[in-house]
Amino acid sequence: MDYFIELFCSGLTRGSIYALIALGYTMVYGIIGLINFAHGEIYMIGAFTSFIVATVLSIYGFPLAAIVVVAGVAAAIWSSAYGYTVEKIAYKPLRHAPRLAPLISAIGMSILLQNYVLLAQTSDFLPFPELIPEFAFMEPIAHIIGSSDIVILLTTTVVMLALTFLIKFTRIGKAMRATAQDRTMALLVGINVDRVISATFIIGSALAAIGGLLIASHIGQINFAIGFIAGIKAFTAAVLGGIGSIPGAVLGSLILGLTESFATGYISSDYEDVFAFSLLVLILIFKPSGLLGKAETKKV
Amino acid sequence: MKLKMRTSLLVTAAAVALVTILPVAGLAGNTIKIGVAGAHSGDLASYGLPTVNAAKLVVDELNAKGGVNGKKVELLIEDDVCKPEVATNSATKLVSQGVDAVIGHICSGATKSALPIYKAAGVILISPSATNPELTQSGDYPNFFRTIASDDMQARAEVDYALNVLGVKKIAVIHDKGDYGKGLAEFAKGFIEKSGKGDVVLFEGVTPGAVDYSAIVQKIRQAKADAVIFGGYHPEASKIVSMMRKKRMDTVFLSDDGVKDDTFIKVAGKDAEGVYATGPKDNSKNPVAQAAIAAHRKAYNSDPGAFFESAYSAALAIMNAIEKADSTEIAAVTKALQTETVETPVGNIHFDERGDAVGVGFAMYQVKNGQYVKVK
Repeated sequence: MDYFIELFCSGLTRGSIYALIALGYTMVYGIIGLINFAHGEIYMIGAFTSFIVATVLSIYGFPLAAIVVVAGVAAAIWSSAYGYTVEKIAYKPLRHAPRLAPLISAIGMSILLQNYVLLAQTSDFLPFPELIPEFAFMEPIAHIIGSSDIVILLTTTVVMLALTFLIKFTRIGKAMRATAQDRTMALLVGINVDRVISATFIIGSALAAIGGLLIASHIGQINFAIGFIAGIKAFTAAVLGGIGSIPGAVLGSLILGLTESFATGYISSDYEDVFAFSLLVLILIFKPSGLLGKAETKKV
Repeated sequence: MKLKMRTSLLVTAAAVALVTILPVAGLAGNTIKIGVAGAHSGDLASYGLPTVNAAKLVVDELNAKGGVNGKKVELLIEDDVCKPEVATNSATKLVSQGVDAVIGHICSGATKSALPIYKAAGVILISPSATNPELTQSGDYPNFFRTIASDDMQARAEVDYALNVLGVKKIAVIHDKGDYGKGLAEFAKGFIEKSGKGDVVLFEGVTPGAVDYSAIVQKIRQAKADAVIFGGYHPEASKIVSMMRKKRMDTVFLSDDGVKDDTFIKVAGKDAEGVYATGPKDNSKNPVAQAAIAAHRKAYNSDPGAFFESAYSAALAIMNAIEKADSTEIAAVTKALQTETVETPVGNIHFDERGDAVGVGFAMYQVKNGQYVKVK
């Protein structure tokens, strides 16, 4: 039973790591129907920004709490700037092009950003400072679940609730939903669609940056390629949960994380990806729009 | 008319071909071309770049003395990023440029995919770091040599140390599913089972680059392993070790020369303390090694990186063989490599008929106060 709980906890951690990244994927898809393949790279840039800021601040001897806050805010702003710019350069000119064009453009941006960081920083792995301390009250259960696991879990929950609130009850949220439903109609009733799309990218990128900080601190190392695998897994989770749906992204991520964890624990880690992707195939066969996704109605 | 035109076209084509081939053939006569292939960019560049430096140092020194057999030596450097699919391209490119021998490749997977191309072209390959046993033991590649001991010797050193020195009984063998890591892990498993002194309680591969290894770490705990033998490279090793320490496990961690890299200590930080890793024998007392390192400091103003000494040895061995054979012809050079002993940073070596260097081996190192220190 202990073993089951341990595996359950590692599955939850893994799932909430995926969820922090998957939320950005699903938001962008929900609004403009684009799979933003550069999102993993925005996450990686967030991790690098917080790495640089945290390293500089710790040289000047700032307290840990201040470092976390400043590094988080700096990473969120910097990544948002990247997300905003990527959208303006690579996706906006292609908004009326066939669906495949912005998708290819997104893959291009992903490769560009990866190689830019490779050249500007280093190809080596860098040690990421431990920004989440080991809490004393966690010590008795540290062998089952760590402090950083708890922080990641809580952050994911808070972010999911905040996003749901934002989309359901605020003005910008209403505008987002309107844009998602019918872009032309939203324009006609006076919604600035460009601004709504920019806002979506900014929010999604800021989330990815926070994820970058937390996850890098949990793993303890970063390099230019971390965005790729994390991005692929988060994308899988978003599709699993129903791409475009905020709770769906979290649900999909948790299911994916738990599946991988239990597959590793009870069968073999050689097969964790096999189980994760078999699950995806199964769910898509029986529910093509994902667990919580809305089935697309054909317009006649 | 039609026929005539076709013949004249053919003649032109032949003429063009001749013109383009001739200069290459002409050049090949004046210089000895040595290829250097390996990872020179990407996340494994730190394994490949020291070999380039080593080859440059050896060749510059030879050229300053007037070259080999009266010919200057020229280096052709090709980046394969340690990827098998890129390595075949690098190999084809080097062969088409008319290389006489190649120092490299760095990673076993890349070497394996490039070897058939060199074999078909009759080019000798001498690697400072490709440790996959099959490369020599299969007997498929008479053109392959290496100045590093193969993985089974490394696995043997790890298992002997774990069973006989540390006295552990239950061992978890973990690998990264790659050619290098999995090969090594399978040898370790075989040696443990054969010895009868210990049990393999877990044998599994992890996915490189995964965001979190806590599930496999829990599984190691569940298996009640006293020690982990890991086959793979430092990024995964540091994640697994850090996660084990985070979960308050003090399980002994033994690994290979993919982990015996300063980047591992830098990234794993305090969690690296106490980790064992095998690496090539310490040659710091060998005067040839001291001279090579001094030359590197003088030329590049820094300490050499991974596989520098074996790369320097590979360069010395192949140049010595070409000189002794007084030819770049494959049969003569192969014979010289097998019969002529050469003084190198890894010791006085020659090669056995399979291509392994005689007199090269592994030693066990442990991280103490942020540095790898030789134990035993």
